[in-house]
Amino acid sequence: MGSSGSHATVIPDGDSIRRETGFSQASLLRLYHRFRALDRNKKGYLSRMDLQQIGALAVNPLGDRIIDSFFPDGSQRVDFSGFVRVLAHFRPVDEEEAGIRDPKQPEPLNSRMNKLRFAFQLYDLDRDGKISRHEMLQVLRLMVGVQVTEEQLESIADRTVQEADEDGDGAVSFLEFTKVRMPLGTLRVQTGWEGSGNQVQCRAERGALREWGEGLWGRGRAWGRKSEV
Amino acid sequence: MSGRGGCGPCWGLLLALVLALGALPWTQGAEQEHHDEIQGFQIVTFKWHHVQDPYIIALWVLVASLAKIVFHLSHKVTSVVPESALLIVLGLVLGGIVLAADHIASFTLTPTVFFFYLLPPIVLDAGYFMPNRLFFSNLGSILLYAVVGTVWNAATTGLSLYGVFLSGIMGELKIGLLDFLLFGSLIAAVDPVAVLAVFEEVHVNEVLFIIVFGESLLNDAVTVVLYNVFQSFVTLGGDKVTGVDCVKGIVSFFVVSLGGTLVGVVFAFLLSLVTRFTKHVRVIEPGFVFIISYLSYLTSEMLSLSSILAITFCGICCQKYVKANISEQSATTVRYTMKMLASGAETIIFMFLGISAVDPLIWTWNTAFVLLTLLFVSVFRAIGVVLQTWLLNRYRMVQLELIDQVVMSYGGLRGAVAFALVALLDGNKVKEKNLFVSTTIIVVFFTVIFQGLTIKPLVQWLKVKRSEHREPKLNEKLHGRAFDHILSAIEDISGQIGHNYLRDKWANFDRRFLSKLLMRQSAQKSRDRILNVFHELNLKDAISYVTEGERRGSLAFIRSPSTDNMVNVDFSTPRPSTVEASVSYLLRESASAVCLDMQSLEQRRRSVRDAEDVITHHTLQQYLYKPRQEYKHLYSRHVLSPSEDEKQDKEIFHRTMRKRLESFKSAKLGLGQSKKATKHKRERERAQKRRNSSVPNGKLPLDSPAYGLTLKERELELSDPEEAPDYYEAEKMSGGIEFLASVTKDTTSDSPAGIDNPVFSPDEDLAPSLLARVPPWLSPGEAVVPSQRARVQIPYSPGNFRRLAPFRLSNKSVDSFLLAEDGAEHPESTHM
Repeated sequence: MGSSGSHATVIPDGDSIRRETGFSQASLLRLYHRFRALDRNKKGYLSRMDLQQIGALAVNPLGDRIIDSFFPDGSQRVDFSGFVRVLAHFRPVDEEEAGIRDPKQPEPLNSRMNKLRFAFQLYDLDRDGKISRHEMLQVLRLMVGVQVTEEQLESIADRTVQEADEDGDGAVSFLEFTKVRMPLGTLRVQTGWEGSGNQVQCRAERGALREWGEGLWGRGRAWGRKSEV
Repeated sequence: MSGRGGCGPCWGLLLALVLALGALPWTQGAEQEHHDEIQGFQIVTFKWHHVQDPYIIALWVLVASLAKIVFHLSHKVTSVVPESALLIVLGLVLGGIVLAADHIASFTLTPTVFFFYLLPPIVLDAGYFMPNRLFFSNLGSILLYAVVGTVWNAATTGLSLYGVFLSGIMGELKIGLLDFLLFGSLIAAVDPVAVLAVFEEVHVNEVLFIIVFGESLLNDAVTVVLYNVFQSFVTLGGDKVTGVDCVKGIVSFFVVSLGGTLVGVVFAFLLSLVTRFTKHVRVIEPGFVFIISYLSYLTSEMLSLSSILAITFCGICCQKYVKANISEQSATTVRYTMKMLASGAETIIFMFLGISAVDPLIWTWNTAFVLLTLLFVSVFRAIGVVLQTWLLNRYRMVQLELIDQVVMSYGGLRGAVAFALVALLDGNKVKEKNLFVSTTIIVVFFTVIFQGLTIKPLVQWLKVKRSEHREPKLNEKLHGRAFDHILSAIEDISGQIGHNYLRDKWANFDRRFLSKLLMRQSAQKSRDRILNVFHELNLKDAISYVTEGERRGSLAFIRSPSTDNMVNVDFSTPRPSTVEASVSYLLRESASAVCLDMQSLEQRRRSVRDAEDVITHHTLQQYLYKPRQEYKHLYSRHVLSPSEDEKQDKEIFHRTMRKRLESFKSAKLGLGQSKKATKHKRERERAQKRRNSSVPNGKLPLDSPAYGLTLKERELELSDPEEAPDYYEAEKMSGGIEFLASVTKDTTSDSPAGIDNPVFSPDEDLAPSLLARVPPWLSPGEAVVPSQRARVQIPYSPGNFRRLAPFRLSNKSVDSFLLAEDGAEHPESTHM
């Protein structure tokens, strides 16, 4: 499976996927290669364990939740279109596309709303449309180091919910969630020339928020990237 | 401040330094030995001449090292002033002392010493620790900046200086066009020593880092060629230069650069081959690395090729095989020695730069020349960078932004290489050598001191300008960070590195031929074992592993009840002023451990806040896990191991693993136990067969952190690939343990082409090196991770593994858990 012999026609439902997600032909092809690479036994679909093989996810605090997001409604398999649909949330927004979008058509997958909905669903495990304090606590537990005590975590969870909660129901609804001003990033899926002609290098662009995470001489990026909101 | 507290020893150190300093001019003066008539037998004689040379050298090295200690006593100073600047100043002071004592300048940085002894360790260190994957992905940009950029710098600087000269501002000088071009070529090159010294203080993103770093290393070829070409032109005389000579010059560029690279690669090959056979001479293993690399340097120097390129590529190419072949302790030794040599050499270089400057003989001042050189050097570099970046951005997927360009142009420091080259000039042919030398010194000092001092504030100013001046709310912090994690994960899933055709080809070639030749059989076998994918895990063993771990409390995510040392600051009785004092104390004390949030802390100080709010924000700030890109620490001359990242990784990994095991457990317990039992039995049988095969040598870190996982890995390895399909119906059951296998390849074949096997990426660090603990999944973007690496991640786990497959993991006696096993360690069979 090198650069030879891979045509777009090989991808099942290639055209409809492309229309739905907005990926370019080349990007779709690369993602298809990636899908095939992850699918070790050539089953034609991905299972949870295929995704769990990706070592980097094991050290990502939200790794397992993200894997779960690929398997909506309790299914145990994800085919290529499902795979791409999730990734499409993070496709970079084309400026022209944003301008001349046909309002009658459904919002593109990588709109801000849909990104936020994706993140919201990561938090909202029971799918009741609200992030309860308990769910917030669970997320916090995932994202914070072990040195923080349970009481501290609970108080942080309380404050977080309080801050965002406007109608006082003790939970954060999706609407309230969208009101939080957070910089979202995008994944840039392009083909490039650096190295070779057939290559996809995805690169997430981080928002300005990451600059807050760094101190004066802190490690990591010294400056942020363009933030897409 | 930290310095004030223990100042007794500081004064002792300072005294020692002063004494050492005092000794130096005295030793100079004591050159004359009085040869009196020897009267009778002398019990003790003072034989200074006997030891003079090595003594002086040792004394200088000592002074330099003591100086470093003294500098680092004051944290405030070193956080503002780059060490290189401090060393230069020290050198100036020392030079002044020596001059005052002796009225002659006796110590200078001679080109010979510099090129033969001081530069090679630094460049070797750079090459050996080069992040290969990043380097080769950005090779195009690096080459562009190195070659085109340097030529541009040289040409523009030389020509504009010539133009100004023609206009007469500079007064009467005996220089011709060629001299100017020669000068331009030696002042144009960005210096690897200086660049790294400054970039270590300013943490930049990895792409920018590798571009500047790579550029500074690779531009040597261009510099060497230009320098030699123009020097020979100058020697010939301006009018005798013909077109043929120019063509020859261009050809020589290719010969020099490619030749140097080839020499480096050949020696890397030799080195890897040699280390394959050093199993019985482990003690001198590290020596080979240094000797052979040094020989590559000298050989290419002998052949008048680019020696820096040779030793760089020697380091780059031999990395993988050497690390796979030599034992763990040898790898540690190599690492530390290299760092020590490089760091020491850098210190000495900067100090001697300072000393050499104090030499009244060489000082010639020409205002216009000096000032204009400074101006042209900076301006033309900036212009060059902007132009090239514009060109590159059309082809790169990772764009280089304005800030990157600013840093690149501002961070183009000149250093000792320029000085050494100018000192090498032939004073007879180049009449104005002294002018050149003085100007070079001034340019070097200016860039290192001034630009080094101001680059950090500049960066911070630019960074702060771009960020929002708004109080970040808790939600924003949390969700923003969550988004960072999500993006990291999506990046990893979609395959950041993707399928690079060239890389795949190289990986194939490497696996089929090179590794067979250059890697020890044991290393190969262990790598092959990883290849054999397995989907099963002995359930009982897995469960028992987890329960044992829990029982003994060794799994990291179990929280300790004591929470006193949570934050560095005592928030128990908060008052605004106390909080503020604590915050600034915090800033000072733990710059690296705590994720400092300058802005929010500033705003805290300004407004009166709820104390609890502060605590909450601060806790969140401090303890939120950082997303991958933020903490990956690439290359540092002075720091060996980023340890906090590993802690975070360990914690998260444990959590994840535990969850997966639990879900696996719950799913599995209802299902076919018998099936598992039979498989288990088969595995045991296979374990017996496998016992005699050789094992990877010493890939386990000394404190055996991850052997628990290792053993599980062994379990996984035992399963027969063919079993996989039939086991696959139960795939969802094995999901929990599956990931532990973390294997890369398809079970059926060796390697279906095109699947990116990260194990064989050219830059892959196969051995979980004790000190460079980059966790496997953080190594640049491999999709799946060789499980050998996973060992680094798990802390000490229960040693009672009798129930698990008894399997020899390493012949390193250090791993205590091995002794817990049946105790009979088979001596590793000699497989070569």
